[in-house]
Amino acid sequence: MNASIGKPRPLFDFHGGIHPPQNKELSNQRPIRQAPLPEQLILPLNMHLGAPAKAIVQVGDTVLKGEKIAEAQGAVSLPVHAPTSGKIVAIGPRPIQHPSGLDAPCIVLEPDGKDLWCELHPLPDWQTCCPPSALVARLREAGIAGMGGAGFPAAIKLSPKPEHKIDQLIINAVECEPYITADDVLMRERAEQIIGGIEILRHILKPKEAIVGIEDNKPEAIEAMRRAATGTGIEIAVVPTKYPSGGEKQLIYMLTGKEVPSGGIPAQIGVVCHNTGTTLAIYRAIVYGEPLVSRITTLTGKALAEAGNFEVLIGTPVASLLKAAGADMDKIGRLVMGGPMMGFTLHSTAIPVVKTSNCILAATEQELPAPATEQPCIRCGSCADVCPADLLPQQLYWYAKNQDLERAQQYNLMDCIECGACAYVCPSHIPLVQYYRFAKGEVRNALQEQQKADRARVRFEARQQRLADEQAEKEARRKARLQGSKASAAPGVDMAALKAASLQASAAYKAAVKALKAAEVDGRDQLAALTSEVEQLKAKADAAKAAVRDAGNAPAAPVVDVAALKAASLAASAEYKAAVKAMKAAEAAGEDVSALRSAADALKAKADAAKAAVRDAGPAIQTAAPSSASAAVPEKSDDTAQRAQKMKALKTAYNVSHKQFKEASAALERAERDGSDNLDELRKQVERFKLKSDKAKEALNLLVDQAKADIRASGSDLKSLKIEAAQTEAAARQKARELDAAKINGDDQRINVLTRELEALKREAEVAAGALKAAIDEQGLADS
Amino acid sequence: MSLITVTSPHTTGQRNHTGAFMRQVIYATIPGVAVLTWLFGWGTLFNLIIAVPAALIAEAAVLKARGRDVRFALSDWSAVLTAVLLAIAIPPTSPWWLIVIGIVAAIVVAKQLYGGLGMNPFNPAMVGYVVLLISFPLEMTRWIAPHEAPSWFDSFRMVLASANVDAITGATPLDSLRTWAGNAEQLASQPILHGSFAGAGWEWVNLAFLLGGIYLLARKIISWHIPVGMLAGMALIALPFWLADDVRYASPLFHLFSGAAMFGAFFIATDPVSAATSRYGRLIYGALIGVLVWVIRSNGGYPDAVAFAVLLMNMAAPTIDYYTQPRSYGHRKAKRGASR
Repeated sequence: MNASIGKPRPLFDFHGGIHPPQNKELSNQRPIRQAPLPEQLILPLNMHLGAPAKAIVQVGDTVLKGEKIAEAQGAVSLPVHAPTSGKIVAIGPRPIQHPSGLDAPCIVLEPDGKDLWCELHPLPDWQTCCPPSALVARLREAGIAGMGGAGFPAAIKLSPKPEHKIDQLIINAVECEPYITADDVLMRERAEQIIGGIEILRHILKPKEAIVGIEDNKPEAIEAMRRAATGTGIEIAVVPTKYPSGGEKQLIYMLTGKEVPSGGIPAQIGVVCHNTGTTLAIYRAIVYGEPLVSRITTLTGKALAEAGNFEVLIGTPVASLLKAAGADMDKIGRLVMGGPMMGFTLHSTAIPVVKTSNCILAATEQELPAPATEQPCIRCGSCADVCPADLLPQQLYWYAKNQDLERAQQYNLMDCIECGACAYVCPSHIPLVQYYRFAKGEVRNALQEQQKADRARVRFEARQQRLADEQAEKEARRKARLQGSKASAAPGVDMAALKAASLQASAAYKAAVKALKAAEVDGRDQLAALTSEVEQLKAKADAAKAAVRDAGNAPAAPVVDVAALKAASLAASAEYKAAVKAMKAAEAAGEDVSALRSAADALKAKADAAKAAVRDAGPAIQTAAPSSASAAVPEKSDDTAQRAQKMKALKTAYNVSHKQFKEASAALERAERDGSDNLDELRKQVERFKLKSDKAKEALNLLVDQAKADIRASGSDLKSLKIEAAQTEAAARQKARELDAAKINGDDQRINVLTRELEALKREAEVAAGALKAAIDEQGLADS
Repeated sequence: MSLITVTSPHTTGQRNHTGAFMRQVIYATIPGVAVLTWLFGWGTLFNLIIAVPAALIAEAAVLKARGRDVRFALSDWSAVLTAVLLAIAIPPTSPWWLIVIGIVAAIVVAKQLYGGLGMNPFNPAMVGYVVLLISFPLEMTRWIAPHEAPSWFDSFRMVLASANVDAITGATPLDSLRTWAGNAEQLASQPILHGSFAGAGWEWVNLAFLLGGIYLLARKIISWHIPVGMLAGMALIALPFWLADDVRYASPLFHLFSGAAMFGAFFIATDPVSAATSRYGRLIYGALIGVLVWVIRSNGGYPDAVAFAVLLMNMAAPTIDYYTQPRSYGHRKAKRGASR
């Protein structure tokens, strides 16, 4: 026993678990061998959890071993490096280990046999040379993914949020799956390097303790690790053999008694967990500067004559490894990547080894017989007895089968770790895990559908609103014109009556605005109806005002003083803008803005009225002008100007409402985090603002589209098109960054939302780029 | 080499097969059946000989009518187990038609009409038993006095319903207790109530079924929750009443080793299909059965009550499960009841 260990750590036993036959002696009797260099290496761009890498080489390029051939895209992503020197012969879809047997983009490398390294930058003095963050960045650049499980980028786990203080660093060397011995032999042969890797992790994370968890069925590995850990303070904890003690959540509980919260990550309870192989890769990446280009993979199963562990270049096709391990291809009944409990079957031997491939199991028909026919569940409860997450699998099965997703979630479906213990013990041979995977997928789909439907509803409502608004506007204008013509036809109009009508209309409008505001404050439902009412009343009031004005102007001056009207309009809109500015300032300062808002609204009404007057006056002059043909031109340019002005107004409106939406969303998030009571109210508020901003945006988009069409028609203004294209692209990039940030935080909902937004932005960017290109083509310019 | 594509896990345990589970339960009844035969003659064996084929025929007929794979469904041994349990539960003096009616009620009505194995809300054997008990109370309460076993020929004639059964029947301990509860003199003078440590003869029957139950526990065919819950529930409620008035109420030991107590605890209440499934749920389910058995035995209209208690609690099982979800990993509290 090691003196630095002290008394053995108390272990906590998790519920359930099973003891399947180990079959480890098949592969752990021989030292690690070097796998032969295959004819081709197939390197999937997505060997890790997160966004796929992007190829930075071309077909025909020659690369050196360790050279980066694909770079990370976004925060949750990793680069890919050439596992040996050679030539890139293809970039395209190849079969990979995919549950549905789909192909995925890969880089195909033909080795030149020289195995020449590129220039490496080792950091033997890592303790002193640079800050931990630089080491983390180094690990990211080295493409290090978790090598035991899902392939989560190691660097992200090493950059916990500041509020997550790390108490324990746990190295998962349990290897509880039957057959697999990769970590076992790795610890026997390279314990010093693993301990070195743990030292680097300690340097980066500064945990209070560093614990290596090993199952008691690996006495030689335990001995080797104890020897290597002497004097380092790293604790070697031996856990009893029980599947799935190597599950991250189960191991954390066994060693610390702490449970990772449902839906959470270990860092929340002060734990970071890394796999043995990952730790070794980290050591080599820092001390030798080597990126992750090879790993230890167990080749086992009774169809192999020479089962054992191999040092395999990433990208080596399984066929080549099977040959090296002396496979009798006729005897292979099932080919599994991973272990027999959680591995995936391979549908082709052309599939390459990736960063997470810890085992290739070539089993005979007798070894892993075909699944027996499913019998009815008798609710014997064997599954519940072995479930390491302490679920009720028989109930989950029932609900999953009936697609009662709500109930299934009530019974904590999403906490299932898919370890397969329930299906292992089921006397009725029910493929339980398959049911849970299906139900989980359905739950995720339903969530996405819900989000999609919500967005569609908002969009639809906005469109309805917009159409109603347009209709009302048209109606108002028609009425105004009618009244105007009436007024000019009969100069002796009763001014007093008109004025009274106008006052009444504006009073009604103001009352409606007040009602709307009150409703907004109360968060009532019928806001849309009220809004449209307000809009109608406003149109009425405007029309009445216009009538008064027309009536007043008509007898005195048949030709309206357009210049004066324009000046008045400009002044009014300037006033309005100032008011909006003041309101924003007040909002930023957190003051009560309702008074300011109503003032702004009043000013806006004024400005609108003035604008309307200018608009109304314009055609009047033109019709008065002798030549109607010449009048068409100024009208058009006037139109464009008007549109520009409208666009500007809409943009302001959109910006304001979007900002409000963002703020409301943030408030909602805060409230959700704090578990406040007024969530519904806040949610309503968010939706309201979103609706507003969407409405503005849509109107704006319409105008922009019109403008674009005009520009295209006229074939002019490349500059604005260019700006447009650049802006949309920048927006898309910004959104991508946000998305990456969200991915780090692992907020699924936000990721979904952002992904969709990003898609929309990308489409927009495409449209803009297309418009630009079309314009360029049209003008015959070879500009880029 | 043909590669199959299936999802994990790729391996399953050795011994686990529904049919094997059922057969283990059947094997575990052997000591109990042996003691019944020793005490009451060949009747129980004749019951078994009639019940098992009747059950298989009834099950096969319904399966065929439902268009199911008859061979595959029969291979789960569940019909045989139901037949065995019912054959043990009914008196060894039963005529053949009584057994057949019970089997039809159990297999066709209680099990297959609800959708077959795994779908029945009520314990099929106990439904069959209660149908018979209510319809044919005379035949169903004719037990032979212990150690007065008729010859195999007489037993055979009873099965054919051509023997005078009444000549050899006698009261069971629970019958006597019902009749003489509160009468200290009579209670003391009934030899049937004073066996080695509980009711005469029946203490050995219960001991034998306890042995079989321990075998099932050791083989992990059943979990301890339901039997322990039921026996503890029965003993704990019997104790204070017996202490307060031992003339009116029997001792916990008497209750535990009388009638179908052990048979019920290990073989009937543990039917997984109709029982509660969560750990705490099973404890509660078992305990309430125990309490109900005592209540009906002490105050009800029937001498024994396991069948009624089990059926009543079958009704409550879904609700019990509803409120006894275990606390899953990573959750601070267990979920209780439905989502709002």
